[in-house]
Amino acid sequence: MSANTPTVSKTAEPLPPPTERYSVVRWLHKNLFSTWYNALLTVVMLALAALLVRGVLEWALTQARWEVISANLRLFMVGQYPVTALWRIWACVALLAFLIGMSWGIWGRMQRGGAVAFGALPFILAIITSDEPSRVALVITGIAGIVGYALSWRWGAVVQRVSIIGWILYFPILFVLVSGLDAADSVLPPVPTNLWGGLLLTLLLTVVGIVFSFPLGVLLALGRQSKLPVINWLCVIYIELIRGVPFISVLFMAQLMLPLFLPGITIDRVVRAMAGVIIFSAAYLAENVRGGLQSIPRGQHEAARALGLSPWQTTLLIVLPQALRAVIPILVGQFIALFKDTSLVVIVGLLDLMGIARTVLAQPDFLGLQAEVYTFVAFVYGVFCYLMSAFSQRLEAHLHIGR
Amino acid sequence: MSANIPSTTDPIIICRDVHKWYGNYHALRGITMEVRRGEVVVVFGPSGSGKSTFIRTINRLEEHQRGQIIVDGIELTHDVRNIERIRMETGMVFQQFNLFPHLTVIDNITLAPIWVRRWTKAQAEEIAMQLLKRVGIPEQARKYPGQLSGGQQQRVAIARALAMQPKIMLFDEPTSALDPEMIKEVLDVMVELAESGMTMIVVTHEMGFARAVADTMYFFDQGRIVESGTPDQMFSDPREARTKLFLSQILSH
Repeated sequence: MSANTPTVSKTAEPLPPPTERYSVVRWLHKNLFSTWYNALLTVVMLALAALLVRGVLEWALTQARWEVISANLRLFMVGQYPVTALWRIWACVALLAFLIGMSWGIWGRMQRGGAVAFGALPFILAIITSDEPSRVALVITGIAGIVGYALSWRWGAVVQRVSIIGWILYFPILFVLVSGLDAADSVLPPVPTNLWGGLLLTLLLTVVGIVFSFPLGVLLALGRQSKLPVINWLCVIYIELIRGVPFISVLFMAQLMLPLFLPGITIDRVVRAMAGVIIFSAAYLAENVRGGLQSIPRGQHEAARALGLSPWQTTLLIVLPQALRAVIPILVGQFIALFKDTSLVVIVGLLDLMGIARTVLAQPDFLGLQAEVYTFVAFVYGVFCYLMSAFSQRLEAHLHIGR
Repeated sequence: MSANIPSTTDPIIICRDVHKWYGNYHALRGITMEVRRGEVVVVFGPSGSGKSTFIRTINRLEEHQRGQIIVDGIELTHDVRNIERIRMETGMVFQQFNLFPHLTVIDNITLAPIWVRRWTKAQAEEIAMQLLKRVGIPEQARKYPGQLSGGQQQRVAIARALAMQPKIMLFDEPTSALDPEMIKEVLDVMVELAESGMTMIVVTHEMGFARAVADTMYFFDQGRIVESGTPDQMFSDPREARTKLFLSQILSH
């Protein structure tokens, strides 16, 4: 064949893609020891990593006094929530496990490994714990989760409806259980909010922050795009004002100003903190959602309007679903930030997980155990942040089917 | 010419001296046109001639600033109810398909019948499946638009518009964004639709299609109708020099 003639393939048979197979030795050579300086780098880094791991393990296994955690575990989890009412918290946890079990069975059937690990968790914790009531409660929680999961496999369609209603009802139920009813009630006596604390308070602040700031943020984003000047300006002013102020000052203002605006009504301190979280988070959320709204092409509006859909139908059925999907990663990032930012409520005198950590460190028995306490707190924060981000990835994968 | 000559002669669309400005730019400069029931109109012309703007004024995606547009006896004004009534009676197919990417094919088609016409889901899906068979892709009903080829997407878009059972169909360059291989499958659907007696206004440069099914052709340039007539007249004996030049350019390749 001369050099100038183009080669024309005679057969149109598809060829398999080129495969690369490596043995362990060849993989090591290619990735870690390809040149002398890569080899040197590998050896040095391995040595450093070994030193670090050894140091951490030695401290964690021999020197650290983890009894500070086990002795104060209840304080870390629920603060000074009365022991006689603890069953209410456990009921919330078990109900949550039941809902997660059902939802997992309906929407997450592919992730069986994760389901097994998640389902086993309460039982593993039950074995570890030394507290008898907690063990019973953990076992009940585990069983609730498994029952929910099993139900969803048997009666998928019904369970789907039940679980959606369940999630909607969960938050009011949670509040009634945690805060209790009026004093006359003997089954659910009220628990004043100054006794709420620890992880319970952190999670409540986060959940309330997300559940309420999300719709508020969406409304603000839509309002900012409105053609009605009054609505548009109100939204712009709100968003820019709140974004121009640090979170701490919003918290302070919520503590000090809300009672001034609403004289005669005493608003609970925790509720004021929640209001601060919502007010702050909604402004940022609005801007993130607006980014999503702007990413929707004009043609989508036009097609919807040409079909005769009203402006509201166009927004709710066409624009918002696509816009929110586009910004899921940003929203989850913001929710994770919100979760961690709730630790600032220490400033206004609430004892969330971080606040409890500081009170524990002030106990005479446990002076100087910052490393243990903060490692534990970091671990708890880390677990929840990881769960949120893993959930968002699953959600994204689920919503991007066919795109 | 379409197979069945329009039975009634009363016009379903009347445009009288329609003007439209974008800022200072005079995009439509007095368009007057009447379309009878069952008539197939082809609008063509160079880019920037106002043909897309014109077709979009008929269902008020663009607002005209002077003149009169009456669709099926309803005049287009600022009255929102009139606009929504007219949009229910007119289907539109876009150059870029504009399917809703987050909904399956069947949900794209049933959305407006369910939410605007208030049909039941079962009823809407039954009609959607009939339409998908009509455009030749019933097997794609449960897929998402992103999984279809351009030609298939455009056929779904036609089915989506037809699901509202419109009296008029507007096509805004329906084949311009398609690969050559896919143009035919979309045109076949449009020819079938024209032969079924649908009133259609089609902005296109597909002269084969125009010759086969158009009753009347309008040549647009600089926001005006330069010339109109039957396809026979247009192709064999255009009156205006501008029309001749344009036709020779698009027919030469």
